[in-house]
Amino acid sequence: MLELIVISTLNGVLFGMLLFLLSSGLTVIFSMMGVLNFAHASFYMLGAFFGYQISKWIGFWPALIFAPLLVGALGMAVERYGLRQTHKHGHVAELLLTFGLAFAIEQVVQMIWGKLPMDYRVPALLDFPAFTIFSTNYPAYKMFMLLVSVVIFIALLIVLKRTRVGLIVQAALTHPSMVAHLGHNVGRVFMLVFGVGTALAAVAGVIAGPALVTQSDMAALLGPILFVVIVVGGLGSLPGAFFASLLIGLVQTFAVSMNGSLASLFGPLDPSIGPSLLTDVWNVTIAQIAPILPYVLLVLVLIVRPMGLMGTRET
Amino acid sequence: MTNAIEMRAVEKSFGNVRIIQDLNLTVAKGERHAIIGPNGAGKSTTFNLISGHITPTSGAINLNGESIGGLRPFEINRRGLSRSFQVTNVFAKMTVWENIRCAVLWATGHRYAFWKNVDNLPEVRRRTAEILEDIHLTHRRDVPAGLLTYAEQRELEIGITIAGGANVIMLDEPTAGMSNTETDRAVALIRRLTEGRTLVIVEHDMSVVFGLADRISVLVYGNIIASGTPEEIRGNPKVKEAYLGEEDH
Amino acid sequence: MTELTSRAPSPTGSAPARNIGFYAAWGLFILAVILLPLIFRSGGSHTTFSLIGIAAIFALSYNILLGQTGLLSFGHAVYYGLGGFLAVHGMNAIAAHGLPVPLPFVPLIGGFAGLVFAVVIGWVSTQRAGTVFAMISLGIGELVASSSLILRSFFGGEAGITTNRTDLPALFGFNFGPQIQVYYLIGFWLVLSAIAMYALTRTPLGRMCNAVRDNPERVQFIGYDPHVIRYLSFCFAGFFAGIAGALAAINFEIANAAYLGAVQSGIVLFATFIGGISYFFGPILGAVVVTMLQLELSDITTVWQLYFGIIFIGIVMFAPGGLASLLMMHRPLVRAGTLPMVLPAYLVAIVPTILFACGVILTIEVLAAYSQGTAASSTIRLFRIPFEAANPMTWLAAAVLTIGGFFVARMTWRGVTAAWDRAMMAARERGYHA
Repeated sequence: MLELIVISTLNGVLFGMLLFLLSSGLTVIFSMMGVLNFAHASFYMLGAFFGYQISKWIGFWPALIFAPLLVGALGMAVERYGLRQTHKHGHVAELLLTFGLAFAIEQVVQMIWGKLPMDYRVPALLDFPAFTIFSTNYPAYKMFMLLVSVVIFIALLIVLKRTRVGLIVQAALTHPSMVAHLGHNVGRVFMLVFGVGTALAAVAGVIAGPALVTQSDMAALLGPILFVVIVVGGLGSLPGAFFASLLIGLVQTFAVSMNGSLASLFGPLDPSIGPSLLTDVWNVTIAQIAPILPYVLLVLVLIVRPMGLMGTRET
Repeated sequence: MTNAIEMRAVEKSFGNVRIIQDLNLTVAKGERHAIIGPNGAGKSTTFNLISGHITPTSGAINLNGESIGGLRPFEINRRGLSRSFQVTNVFAKMTVWENIRCAVLWATGHRYAFWKNVDNLPEVRRRTAEILEDIHLTHRRDVPAGLLTYAEQRELEIGITIAGGANVIMLDEPTAGMSNTETDRAVALIRRLTEGRTLVIVEHDMSVVFGLADRISVLVYGNIIASGTPEEIRGNPKVKEAYLGEEDH
Repeated sequence: MTELTSRAPSPTGSAPARNIGFYAAWGLFILAVILLPLIFRSGGSHTTFSLIGIAAIFALSYNILLGQTGLLSFGHAVYYGLGGFLAVHGMNAIAAHGLPVPLPFVPLIGGFAGLVFAVVIGWVSTQRAGTVFAMISLGIGELVASSSLILRSFFGGEAGITTNRTDLPALFGFNFGPQIQVYYLIGFWLVLSAIAMYALTRTPLGRMCNAVRDNPERVQFIGYDPHVIRYLSFCFAGFFAGIAGALAAINFEIANAAYLGAVQSGIVLFATFIGGISYFFGPILGAVVVTMLQLELSDITTVWQLYFGIIFIGIVMFAPGGLASLLMMHRPLVRAGTLPMVLPAYLVAIVPTILFACGVILTIEVLAAYSQGTAASSTIRLFRIPFEAANPMTWLAAAVLTIGGFFVARMTWRGVTAAWDRAMMAARERGYHA
C-alpha cells in the first residue's frame, strides 16, 4: 500500500511536471500574444516523432538537442507566416488557425509515420533501474525525465525573474496590451516567444516519447487535458498552471491505480436489476474513469471558482 | 429629498496602489453635475465605480437612496442609471437604427423575447424613430454605425445612453475630439436630452463645463478637493493651483 | 475575441428589406430541396442529399452560437449526439410498446434531448465568453464523449445502439424504408428548422445576440445580462442540434459514440466556418461543400483529411468570412455593373493558381505513396494525366509547379487586388456600398 502511494506520487509528480512543461509554454504564449495555441500539443507530438526519427538515425542525445530546435524553428515560421497574417482578423481567427494547424499536423504525422506506435526506445545509457522501492524497480529514465523537467523549470524561473526578457514576459502576463506600447520589436518578440514555447513542448515530447507511447494520436489525447490544466489553474497564471499541472498529474496517476468502485465498497447490486445506468455507475472502477477526472475537475472548478484557482485576468 | 448619486468615503485600490481615496460626492436630483480634474486623477475610475464596472474597496455608493456598491452593471442600469463611454462604444456592425432599437428593447419590456418579430413592435419603432430624430441622425438610419463620422458616432453614443429612459445619465467626455461647431451642437443636444434628468459629465473642455453645469466637482489624485457652483469653483484658490491655471480652452 | 465575428456584417445584411430578392431566395431554397432528388435520381445522390440536409441543420444550429452570438464551441456535437441517442431509444421504445408516434415526430425527441442538456450544461458553460468558453466546451465535450464509453447500457459502448425506422407506425402510407422518403423527411425538417432559426434572428433575443457578439460591455449598459443572452442562445443551438442528431440516427439507424465526439464537433465547425459565419445561408453552403468533399475526396485520395485541413487553414487565413462572404463581396459590383472590371483579372489568376494547387497535390500524393510503401506501383491521376509516384520526373513536376506556381500566382493575385480596388471605387462612385 505504501509502495503504491510512493510510486504513484513519483509518477504523478512526473506527469505533472510534464504537463507543466507544456502548459507553461502555452500560458506564456497566451499571455503575450492573446492567442491560445490549440496546436501546442501537436508541437509536443512533433517533438516526440522528430526525437524518435533522429534517435534512429543518429542517437538519443543529439535528438534531445536537434528535435526541439527544429520544432522551435517550425513554431517561429508558424508565427511569422501564419499567425501574423491572421492577427488582424482577431483572436477567433488565430485560435481557428491553430485548430486547423493541429488537425493538419496530425494528418501529416499519420501520413509519414502511420497510425501505429513507434518503437522509441529509452537510450541505453539510462536503461537501468535507479532504485528499488519495496519490491518495484523505479527506472532511471524516469528520474532523468524528472531531472530535465526540474532543470527547465528552474531555468524558466531564472529567466522570468532575472532577465530583461523575463521582465517583459511577466508584465505581459497581467498587462498584455502594455507590451505593445513598450516600444519593443513586438513582431520579433512574438516570434521568439512562440518559438521558445513550442520548443519547450517539443522537449517534453522528446523525453516523454520513450516513456509514454509515441503515436499519432498523442496530441489529440493530451491536448484537451492541457487546456483543462490552464483553465483550472487560471488563464494567464504561471503559478496556477504549475499547481493545476501537479494536481491533475497526481489525481490521474492515483486514479489509474485504484480499482475501487461503488461495487467494491458496498457490494454488488442485486443481479435481478438488469444492465442499466445504475449498474454502469455502480460497477465502474476509479481506474476506468481516470481519463475523465480532469474534465470533472474542470466542471467543479467552473462552478465554484470560475476564474480558475489562481486566475487574475478576464479574457 | 434623496440625492440621485451619493458616494461616501469611497476607496479603490488596485493591489497596493490607491487610486481613489476617501471620495465624497453628492449629486442632487435633476442637477447637472460636472467632474473635472487633471489627467490621471481618477475620473474614469470614479465613473466605473458608480456604473458597476469595478467594485469599491470600501465605502458606500447610493443611487436614488439605494445602495448599488457591488452590483453588476446591468443591475445598476435597470435601476435607472445609464452611461456613455470615453472611447466610442457603439455596435459597429449594426445600423444606426438597430443600435438605438437595441437600447430601447429592455425599457419597452421586451427583454429576452424570442417569440415576437422585432420589426412588428410599434412602440419600439416609435421610440426608436423619436430618439433618432432627437439626435438628428434619422437621415443616417441605415448606415452601419462603424461608418459614421466621429462626431456622428459620439452623438449616437449619447442617443444609446438616453434611449432606455434612464433618469441618471453619465457622460464620459462626450465632446472629446470634436471641433468647436460639433461641440456646440453636442452641448445643445445634451442640454435638450437631459431636461428633467440628472446629468453627471466628465469633461476637459471648460467652456462646456461652465456653460452646462449647475455644480462642479474637482477631482485630484483620487480625492474631491472642491465641490460647488461654477462661480465658487472659479474663485477657489485650491482649484486654481491644482488645475484651472494650466487649462486653456 | 470578437473582432472576427464582429467585423462581418450582421447576418441579414442591411435592414431586412422584404424585397423580391428575399422571397425569391427562400423560394429557390425550398424548390431546390423539393426538386433535387427528382433531377438526380440515383440512390447515391439521395443518400448524399440526405447527408447534406442533416449537416445543414447541424451547421445552422452551430452558427446560432458562432456567427450570431460570437461563441466558439468545440463541443457542439454533444447535443447532436445526445439527440441521436435519445431518438434511437425513443424509436425502440415506440416500436416495442406499439406507441402511436410516427417517424416524422421523432426529430422532436432529439430536439427535446438537445434542449434539456443545453439547459442543464449551458448555464455554467456560458458564464464566460471567448477563449474560456471555447475551452470549457472542449472539456465538456470530452467529458460526455468519454462518459459514453463508460455508461454502456445507455450508449451501447463502442458498437452503439441500433434501431429500425420501419418499425414505427406508418404515416400516410409511408414507412420510410426507402432512402427517398428519408430524404424528404430530412428536407421537411431542414426547411422548418431553417425558417425557425431565421425567424429567431428577427426577434428581440436574436438582435441582442448580435449585440452581445459585437460589444458585450455595451450590452450591460442597455439593461441586458450578457450571460442570460448567451445562455438562451446556447439552449436554442442545442435544440436544433438535437433535431439534426435525431435525423442522423433515423438515416443511419444507429447512434454511437462517434456522434458525440471531438471529430464530429470539428466537422461542424469546419462546415460552418468554411461556408461563412456572417450570412444566414453560409452554414448551408458550408454543409454542402464539406459533405461533398468528405464523400468525393475520400474516393480519390487516401489523405483527403489533410486536404480538408489545408482548405480550412486557407479559408481562415485568406477568406475568414467564408465562401458566403466571398460571394456576397461581389454584390456591390454586380449592382453597380462594375463586375466586368474584375473578371479579366480573375481569369488571369486562375491558371497559375490551379497549377500551384496541382503542384501541392502532387507533392502530397507522392509523399503519401512513399510513406504507405506503395510508391512503386502508385499512379496519381491529375486531370486524367497519370503521374508515376516513383518517377523523378513527377518530383520535378511537383517542385516546379509548386514553387513556380506560387510566385506566378502571387503576382496575378496582386493584379486581382488592384482590379478589385478599381471596381469597388467605381461602384462606390455610383452609390453602391454594399
